[in-house]
Amino acid sequence: MSALTLVYAGLFYAATALLVAGLAAKIAGYARTPAPLRIPTTPAPRTRAGVAGRMAREVLLFESLFRANKWTWLCGWLFHVALALVLVRHLRYFTEPVWTPVAIAQPFGVYAGFALLAGLAGLWARRFLVERVRYISTYSDHLMLALLAMIGLSGLMMKYGSHTDVVAVKAFMLGLMRFDLQPLPADGPLLVHLLLVAALMAIFPASKLLHAPGVFFSPTRNQADDSRERRHVAPWAAGLEKK
Amino acid sequence: MGAPEFQTPPLKAYPVIPILQADAMAASKPYVAAEKLNEAIGFPGKLVDGWQEKAVAKLGELRDKYRSLRVFLDACVHCGACTDKCHYFLGTGDPKNMPVARQELVRKVYRRYFTFAGKYFPQLVGAAALTEPVLEDWYRYFNQCSECRRCSVYCPYGIDTAEITMAAKEVMDSIGLGQKYTNEIIGKVHRIGNNLGLPGPALRDTLQTLEEEVKEETGLDVRFPLDEAGAEVLVVTPSADFFAEPHVYSLIGYAKVLHAAGIRWTLSSHASEAGNFGLFIGNYDQTRRIALRVRAAALELGVKRIVVGECGHAWRVAYSFWNTLIGPFDFLDARYPVPQHVCELTHDLLERGAIRLDREKNDHRVVTFHDSCNVARGAGMGGIARGQFILPRAIIRSACNRFHDMAPETIHENTFCCGGGGGLLTDELLELRVKGALPRMEALKAVVDEHGVNFMATICAICKAQFAKVLPFYEFDMAMIGGVHQLVGDAIRLGRND
Repeated sequence: MSALTLVYAGLFYAATALLVAGLAAKIAGYARTPAPLRIPTTPAPRTRAGVAGRMAREVLLFESLFRANKWTWLCGWLFHVALALVLVRHLRYFTEPVWTPVAIAQPFGVYAGFALLAGLAGLWARRFLVERVRYISTYSDHLMLALLAMIGLSGLMMKYGSHTDVVAVKAFMLGLMRFDLQPLPADGPLLVHLLLVAALMAIFPASKLLHAPGVFFSPTRNQADDSRERRHVAPWAAGLEKK
Repeated sequence: MGAPEFQTPPLKAYPVIPILQADAMAASKPYVAAEKLNEAIGFPGKLVDGWQEKAVAKLGELRDKYRSLRVFLDACVHCGACTDKCHYFLGTGDPKNMPVARQELVRKVYRRYFTFAGKYFPQLVGAAALTEPVLEDWYRYFNQCSECRRCSVYCPYGIDTAEITMAAKEVMDSIGLGQKYTNEIIGKVHRIGNNLGLPGPALRDTLQTLEEEVKEETGLDVRFPLDEAGAEVLVVTPSADFFAEPHVYSLIGYAKVLHAAGIRWTLSSHASEAGNFGLFIGNYDQTRRIALRVRAAALELGVKRIVVGECGHAWRVAYSFWNTLIGPFDFLDARYPVPQHVCELTHDLLERGAIRLDREKNDHRVVTFHDSCNVARGAGMGGIARGQFILPRAIIRSACNRFHDMAPETIHENTFCCGGGGGLLTDELLELRVKGALPRMEALKAVVDEHGVNFMATICAICKAQFAKVLPFYEFDMAMIGGVHQLVGDAIRLGRND
């Protein structure tokens, strides 16, 4: 087994551990923290089913962002949908036999790679061109976009530039999952791609990517307008009533 | 008062997002509360020793107590959706009045002390220690947020700047940096019973005068009862309704409605205030203790229903928080929701034909309706979706013949704050208040020009006081602002004249 394979295997185990443990800790923190008073923002559904619908529209269609800014919505939605398709397409490297929906998604996933980069380019352009967005952008905002763009570019390069032995890559990934290490091809674009993906996984729980779990815990979006009918006394607030 | 030292922004035909003007409002800050004001409501009198560590610890404590704060501090991606949504930004161009930039004032401190990236790579992620200049920025710019929650409507993660502002205010109060206007009022409501500091005997006199005035106008004995045990309805209304104009006309409106419907009602001197400034400083305990006065008054007077008058944030507290804070209301009549808004009461009476309005009485008026932020975005009405938009408009349409809504992006949940909410209705913040009213003034101008609107109805005491003050800056008549129940009071049929 080459040193390269060992290093990348170690990298992926470490990145996965950080991602899972970090996200679990963050999500546990959100779930454990009480929401003492109901603060849903209008239009607030009156039932749990209504809340589920609102959350689905928010997560799948970016409803609020659509109301806020059409350009940001277009670029952001394009990027996220493309990313979802690309991720689905990548499942073929982790499943054997490949699931039917994943097989069907393959051709779309390739185009999605370009859409993903287009969306990122639009989002990045706003950080330079729109004065207000430029003002609020931090270095980490730019670096996050750079990281995602490099991942997308290195991925496309393997498809359209120097071909990588994807059969060997799949064997490596399946080997990782079964704790039975297989050799990783030493292709430049592949190594860059995998390194950056591992970096993305590692920083996920310590970065603004927390918006992904965060949206599900957002009280203004996940609460029903039922406070006139039901009391919502937080454990720490219940102590005040005993005084 | 001298002439204001600022320019009223010109009203443009179309809303324009301003070019950033760094520190345009850096000089705007309210008076700091004096020692005895802070101490009277349980806060340290002045900036404590070791305030930095204590403030950071308080922030951590709040993060463990409020899921909203915890999630909102993490979830922002700096997408910019909120940047052009705040009326104070639109009116001033100060970049720190963009909601995300305002939040960043807290978020950068949170990152520095509570996150891995902020501890080890502060420059990279925009983290900063809580230094004196940062605290000064907090005091300035969290007193330039009216907690109206408009930004929260547009945020893809529902991040609500009001929650961040409230947390920042609570941290500042906890280290002895309180805001005079708000903390003084909270002291008064505990000590005297209402925000204006109107003692019981003065209140009784005022109500007697009102009875005489209405008698003169109508020839009828429309009563304004105070502390009458055994009444069916307790009306809790903002204390401005007792003597400020145009507020008092709405109080007369409620009295006429209750008189015409034959409902025995009363006000309470102990709970002679619907407003709850505990909300503005984000303090759960204060909000609860202020609200408890209402429960105590209702029990003491033995009423069957509680009705809340025209006050925006009071209605948010009552509708969204009362049941949790001071419920359950099992001692009240189960046929009516708890609490009830005076618009729900009036709307129900209109539907049942128990009161009648003559629209012609308001024919000299062309009316529009200003949705108040706390009602629009933080409460409901009538037990139906969007009831807080439907009911007041239905009442207005029953009370007048000519009604025109303002532009859709400026009403309902998109409504613009009057510019004076959240504990900012104080004279030293006049420049902020005038400039913050700009988006509403532009929308108003459009319906004035197109439809000849000459009356803007609203159901909030702060909106009424704020507009009465700032309308003249934009060359509107201050008498253009008034309550929904002012229209009702002028149109209602009383006595045996039907």
